[in-house]
Amino acid sequence: MRHTIAVLVENKSGVLARVSNLFRRRGYNIESITVGKSEREGIARITLEVDGDELAIEQVTKQLNKLIEVIKVSDITHDEMIERELMLIKVSADTSTRSEILQIVDIFRAGVVDVSPKALVIEITGDRDKLDAFEALLRPFGIKEIACTGKVAMVRHPKEIK
Amino acid sequence: MKLTGAQIVIEALKREGVDVIFGIPGGAIIDVYDALYDSGIRHILAHHEQGAAHMADGYARATGKVGVCFATSGPGATNLTTGIANAYMDSVPIVAITGQVATGLIGKDAFQEADTVGITSPITKHNYLIRDVNELAKTIKEAFYIAKTGRPGPVLIDIPKDIQIATADFDYSMEVDIRGYKPSVTGHIKQIKEAAKLINESKKPCILAGGGVIISGASEELFKLATKANIPVATTFMGIGSFPQDHPFSLKSAGMHGNYAANYALTECDLLIAIGCRFSDRTTGKADEFATRAKKIHIDIDPAEINKNVVVDIPIVGDAKIILNSLLEYVEEKREEEWLDYIMGLKEEHRLTYADGPAVKPQFVIEKICEMVSENTVIVTEVGQNQMWSALFFTHKKPRHFISSGGLGTMGFGFPASIGAKVGRPDALVIDIAGDGSFMMNIQEIATAVENNIPVKVIVLNNRALGMVRQWQELFYKKRYSSTILKEVNFAEIAKSFGAKGIRVTEKEQLVSALSSAIDYPGPAVVDVIVEQEENVIPMVPPGAPIDRIVGGK
Ligand SMILES: Cc1ncc(C[n+]2csc(CCOP(=O)(O)OP(=O)(O)O)c2C)c(N)n1
Repeated sequence: MRHTIAVLVENKSGVLARVSNLFRRRGYNIESITVGKSEREGIARITLEVDGDELAIEQVTKQLNKLIEVIKVSDITHDEMIERELMLIKVSADTSTRSEILQIVDIFRAGVVDVSPKALVIEITGDRDKLDAFEALLRPFGIKEIACTGKVAMVRHPKEIK
Repeated sequence: MKLTGAQIVIEALKREGVDVIFGIPGGAIIDVYDALYDSGIRHILAHHEQGAAHMADGYARATGKVGVCFATSGPGATNLTTGIANAYMDSVPIVAITGQVATGLIGKDAFQEADTVGITSPITKHNYLIRDVNELAKTIKEAFYIAKTGRPGPVLIDIPKDIQIATADFDYSMEVDIRGYKPSVTGHIKQIKEAAKLINESKKPCILAGGGVIISGASEELFKLATKANIPVATTFMGIGSFPQDHPFSLKSAGMHGNYAANYALTECDLLIAIGCRFSDRTTGKADEFATRAKKIHIDIDPAEINKNVVVDIPIVGDAKIILNSLLEYVEEKREEEWLDYIMGLKEEHRLTYADGPAVKPQFVIEKICEMVSENTVIVTEVGQNQMWSALFFTHKKPRHFISSGGLGTMGFGFPASIGAKVGRPDALVIDIAGDGSFMMNIQEIATAVENNIPVKVIVLNNRALGMVRQWQELFYKKRYSSTILKEVNFAEIAKSFGAKGIRVTEKEQLVSALSSAIDYPGPAVVDVIVEQEENVIPMVPPGAPIDRIVGGK
């Protein structure tokens, strides 16, 4: 099963390398990893998606916890949470297809961030399913490039990960 | 008070109570060596950095204190790595300090630059690259704290050349407070009570004591538990010495080259009380068939060891000594007669033996050493058959008196580790029981022992073979001795050429007098014993089999 794990770490150089090293060395399956700031100065937040059974995930969280620069590890898979990913898609578009694409963009509440004679760059956020569906609908028009952030996640009120 | 980075290192080490450092200087750490020169701290110059790391390791295992080693950047640091990995696998507290090229040169492939922090990340408990001289003192304090608390382990500090020269105010009064590192030590009381209940109810309890018992200094508590509830005690290889092997309840060590009684008791018990061990594959054999009839209590300071290799019923995370003390309050006096009778029968039925013959048998050598030495003797081993015979045929009674590379199985560990152990325990007789293959991997350290007059005794079980591998080839590869037969080397002559005492033994009759003259000699001595070549370590559990499928040597 796929788990979502939120990790608070010291915002120091090399921490991400330690985390990814751990995954490589212990042979854990990492689906995605994102890093960014947290609400606190000096602390970064990593969101991990990991595949594995309960025992494997127990090991992942414990081994992460052993890293000195890891402050807190929370498996939030079973919490009610908000998950988001940001995707930029460059799709072929000319006068004949542009309006059809714009309709899809509208329905998905995505946004156009760049227009050129032969292509559009679209930005969309949402969970993986939404992004997948969006991508599938645009595919027939000709996708030129995709860039994705990977998932960030947060548990709904009132639980805080501190 | 303004000090240079190099002076800060030495000052901080003094505050940590460091009295000896093992190492080799070089350009990138020359400033630290300059500060060391008239500091009063003893420095033991090794002849290979791997030796220095093993010396620090042996020192730490023998004393319970943190061992310290120094190396220069690049090759100095990479030479340390085997020693660091070895300490990591066996949870030994060492602090390694390496020089690094100047900060401005890092990443430029400068002369003698290696990514020491990158290389050592997976084999240290933690490591640091210092980028600001103002962080140096605090980092050293943290490093020692991390190395010796919780589950101990090696910590490395990489110090660029310019940081060693830069100056900062020296202050060592700060408190260590690492928000991501708060080891829990006391154990959950509910779990402890639950464990006591299981112990009180069990009919066939068995203790498995690991290296954690020794590290936490919990041998006395282990003894109390075993004798209060009359529970037999098997140990892991790393747990050898945690419980006196001459005690009637001792099942000695378990595992691949363990003892029958230990392996059978672990297989048949209805309650397993595992203390400070990590259920390594060498101990458990086939893990899913390990102690399947038993409920399992697992006491360990490292939460990540719980359910890692063997799934347990009652985990208790914390320090073994503290937990055993509180467990003792709830455990009732009891005696399961039937089980104990059975255990005693097992022990009686499966005494270790070997077939004597005209040649000197390695087991005979170990037995003789065991007869001759006092309890104040630290036995250090190399890796291979010599290691297993030392574990099996010597009666180990005290913690920190058996030192061996368990997790990494590092040939070449024993001799430098014995030097470190002797430096830490000058009162004790320190003997390295060696194989000829292993001894040659760090034989240059005879120079270190001679130069510093460290009177360690090396007993080489010279079988002209990489014996343990040869044994596997004999048993599992149809005697195809691929690269395991060695040319005979005269280690006595080698010892003499370094300035140590060297004695050669080819006949049984010569052994005792050779051993006693080596032991009585005031300096380092090597006894080169020519032993039977095709002798095997038995009993043995074939690799991948459950531990009750132990065979041979009844
Ligand atoms: C550094 C290292 N290289 C290789 C091995 C694999 N190995 C395990 S035991 C052994 C043979 C050891 O030979 P020796 O030191 O002569 O001891 P013996 O088994 O003969 O007592 C070897 C090569 C190892 N454990 N460590």
